[in-house]
Amino acid sequence: MSKQKYKWVGTRPDRPDGADKVTGRARFGADFNMPGQLIGKVLRSPHAHARIKSIDTSAAEKLPGVKAVVTSKDFPEQPNLVVPAGEMQVNLRDITRNVMAREKVLYESHPVAAVAATTDSIASAALALIKVEYEVLPHVIDVAEAMKDGAPLLHDHLITEGVKPVPTKASNIAKRIDNLKGDIDAGFKQAEIVVERDYTTQPVHQGYIEPHACLASMAEDGQVQLWSTTQGHFQVRGFCSRLLNIETSQIRVTPTEIGGGFGGKTVVYLEPVAVILSKKSGKPVKMVMSRDEVFRASGPAPGGTVHVKIGAKKDGTIVAAECTIALQAGAFPGSPVAPACWTSFACYDIPNIKVVGYDVVSNRPKVAAYRAPGAPISAWGVESTVDILAQELRMDPIDLRLKNAAKKGTKTSYGPVFDTIGFVETLQAAKNSAHYKSKPKPGMARGVAAGFWFNVGADSSAAAHVAEDGTVTVISGNPDIGGSRASLALMAAEELGVDYSKVRPVIADTSSIGFNFVTGGSRVTFATGLAVVNSVRDMVRELKVRAAKTWGVDPEGVIWENGCAKPAGSNVGEFEPLSLAQLAATAGKTGGPINGHNQLNAQGAGPGFGVHIVDLAVDRDTGIVEIGRYTALQDVGTAIHPSYVEGQMQGGAVQGIGWALNEEYIYNAKGKLDNAGFLDYRMPVASDLPMIETIIVEVPNPHHPYGVRGVGEVPIVPPLATVGNAIARATGVRMTELPMSPPRVSAALDEATPRMAAE
Amino acid sequence: MSKMHVSTTINGEPTEFLCDPSQAVLDVLRDQLGLTGTKEGCGSGDCGACTIMLDDRMVCSCLVLAAEAEGKKIETIEGMANGDQLHALQKKFIEFAALQCGICTPGFLVASRALLERNNNPTETEVRYWLAGNLCRCTGYDKIVRAVMDVAADMRGASK
Repeated sequence: MSKQKYKWVGTRPDRPDGADKVTGRARFGADFNMPGQLIGKVLRSPHAHARIKSIDTSAAEKLPGVKAVVTSKDFPEQPNLVVPAGEMQVNLRDITRNVMAREKVLYESHPVAAVAATTDSIASAALALIKVEYEVLPHVIDVAEAMKDGAPLLHDHLITEGVKPVPTKASNIAKRIDNLKGDIDAGFKQAEIVVERDYTTQPVHQGYIEPHACLASMAEDGQVQLWSTTQGHFQVRGFCSRLLNIETSQIRVTPTEIGGGFGGKTVVYLEPVAVILSKKSGKPVKMVMSRDEVFRASGPAPGGTVHVKIGAKKDGTIVAAECTIALQAGAFPGSPVAPACWTSFACYDIPNIKVVGYDVVSNRPKVAAYRAPGAPISAWGVESTVDILAQELRMDPIDLRLKNAAKKGTKTSYGPVFDTIGFVETLQAAKNSAHYKSKPKPGMARGVAAGFWFNVGADSSAAAHVAEDGTVTVISGNPDIGGSRASLALMAAEELGVDYSKVRPVIADTSSIGFNFVTGGSRVTFATGLAVVNSVRDMVRELKVRAAKTWGVDPEGVIWENGCAKPAGSNVGEFEPLSLAQLAATAGKTGGPINGHNQLNAQGAGPGFGVHIVDLAVDRDTGIVEIGRYTALQDVGTAIHPSYVEGQMQGGAVQGIGWALNEEYIYNAKGKLDNAGFLDYRMPVASDLPMIETIIVEVPNPHHPYGVRGVGEVPIVPPLATVGNAIARATGVRMTELPMSPPRVSAALDEATPRMAAE
Repeated sequence: MSKMHVSTTINGEPTEFLCDPSQAVLDVLRDQLGLTGTKEGCGSGDCGACTIMLDDRMVCSCLVLAAEAEGKKIETIEGMANGDQLHALQKKFIEFAALQCGICTPGFLVASRALLERNNNPTETEVRYWLAGNLCRCTGYDKIVRAVMDVAADMRGASK
């Protein structure tokens, strides 16, 4: 698409919150304080699985400076009811137990009590005085072990959903899901080549640099003010309301600036605890997690197992594909196994597909969403298997994908038929890229893989206000996690025909704008962007009415162009255009303030596809993988602010590289996490990486006025297999277990060496 | 336990504070002096979000005892801009979109300035290794490294 089509959309102005964030002014979760505030701290379980026999808080309560102590007794019981939370579903009965353990502790660091005290050190001392008597139970960490008969059971009531006949015995398998398309047996009968492999992945943490933090204040009249670092302050309000039986409108949540989330800040951990501590103590309560708590007790993404079987003709046409995915849910049901299943083969137009998914509980922290939840795990299996197919057929891996690529009209295994999508265009752009056309440097080998994410629409509200001087405030309700203020302001400026600098985007608290679903699913620029565009259009409609009133003509006779009201034609009359500033100045005489509003449930989120290319070298002695060159390509619909689009692609790619090469949760025999810190949980640092080249492909989404598709999720989907495929081509050894860390790669190479020598 | 009295200079201003012997500089800056621009990401010196300068030495303020600041000069992100003029690195980080969420940004800016004060002609590899103690989970480092290299080039151009 030609950039000249728009004046503002597609440009790269400074972000509206830039100065605040480079000077230390921006206030994040832990930066809020109130006079007289207490410090809240959580006592956590030392066991992976245990029954709570008793909790004695009397000594802690007597400690001078301690103002409140709470346990699960302070939280009302909740119904067995599933509600949406971010990109995942949660059960209220479970979430109240995740916030504060009731009958049992189900993972190491599961909260069992909390205190509020006048200082940090008194709060810590009080925790040490709480006596909890446990009956330690056998635990299970591994998914495959958890699925076996006779495995330690986490929940006595858990009967597997989605299985007929309905099981009579409880198990750790919360749910089975099935997606079917065509006739899988007939499909495999047509196949001339079949590739089948098993893959495993380990849990990885979202790794946001800012720990969870909040400040809660409940006044004597029952009104609650809450500051929280969250991807969804409306969700925080909703959860606190439900979990604490407080009327929703009594709770006002203000989102602080958010120091990363990636899906992990769409649920609540501290907030309900802080509110109840505040209620009990009558003081504001501030709570901030340590990094150790973040690792041990906030949601990682699941690990799991993926079995993939793909059948194809000798020309590369895939005729049948099968996949079985079992994902860790953590201590409570609700892994992202459904999106893992749905996305698994979504890149391809395959006539016969069978996908089976299992949601499995084990004694780990409850998983939370992480960028394209579930999709990187199934893509790791599927895209590795597609690469093996390409190798066996001696086909170029991009050509093989082009031959089978999903396009407009392709029916997915999970139901929907794709509208306009850009996977073919993205593959072609990859094939034509300077990177792909070049030869890998000596010692380097190349890998390619693709990825898909649905992108999400859902609920958004927005408002647009004109100030007396004609400048504009655009109000919405999604925390800006990576530059969305800029993209919202750009679309508003484009609609209004005014300078970007005249539009000030504001993120409102829960009491100052209508409901907004979380910042997640790659929905904000699409759905909230749509609400902003519509609210500006609503304002323009009013501006035209005011111009018509000024001129004494019919509003239909007024058009809006380049920030001015103009007569639609000479038949309307001869009038000088009225600018936004002029109309704002006379608003008092023409009907009062000029505002626009919009609320919607956005449909038609455009699916996104990405293709990544890597050149890497493997040190055969140490197993260390060196990334030499990396290119991420993606159909983004329209890049509203290309710098932040590139940033999403680069950041997602690097998180995926970390997932592929180093990151994993390591549990010891007692079910305790052995690497709960940034030193031992190794995220990529600057010296691990080259520049991440980006190629933006723009196939506009027909369901958005500017063609926006979500951007942020897709780029974490391809890297796992991209890296694995390159390692396979560099070494001749196909890695099927993540992470491909130096010890694992080294062991795999050692194991393969005698065989390779013999060949 | 009685408090310790500490005299320092913070961003050019003589500053006195009382602290516990066990308190880190980071906690005094954030909780007592209201300088919340310096961030805590880990408390163990692994993420660099709390990077400050202590007598021209780059340190993780979570690992330095507040009492150690006695008689020393502290520089934080709040002192980086000159009046109403952003530092060249601050401007370039915004221009290059070298921040997304912004939580690691103060630490990266302080560390980048320390690099350029020592070496205004760093290679990409030197920039990457200098900044390897600062974690960013959003950007993949690309735009941060480019911003620092670009400021270095501007500095060399200006000094010619």
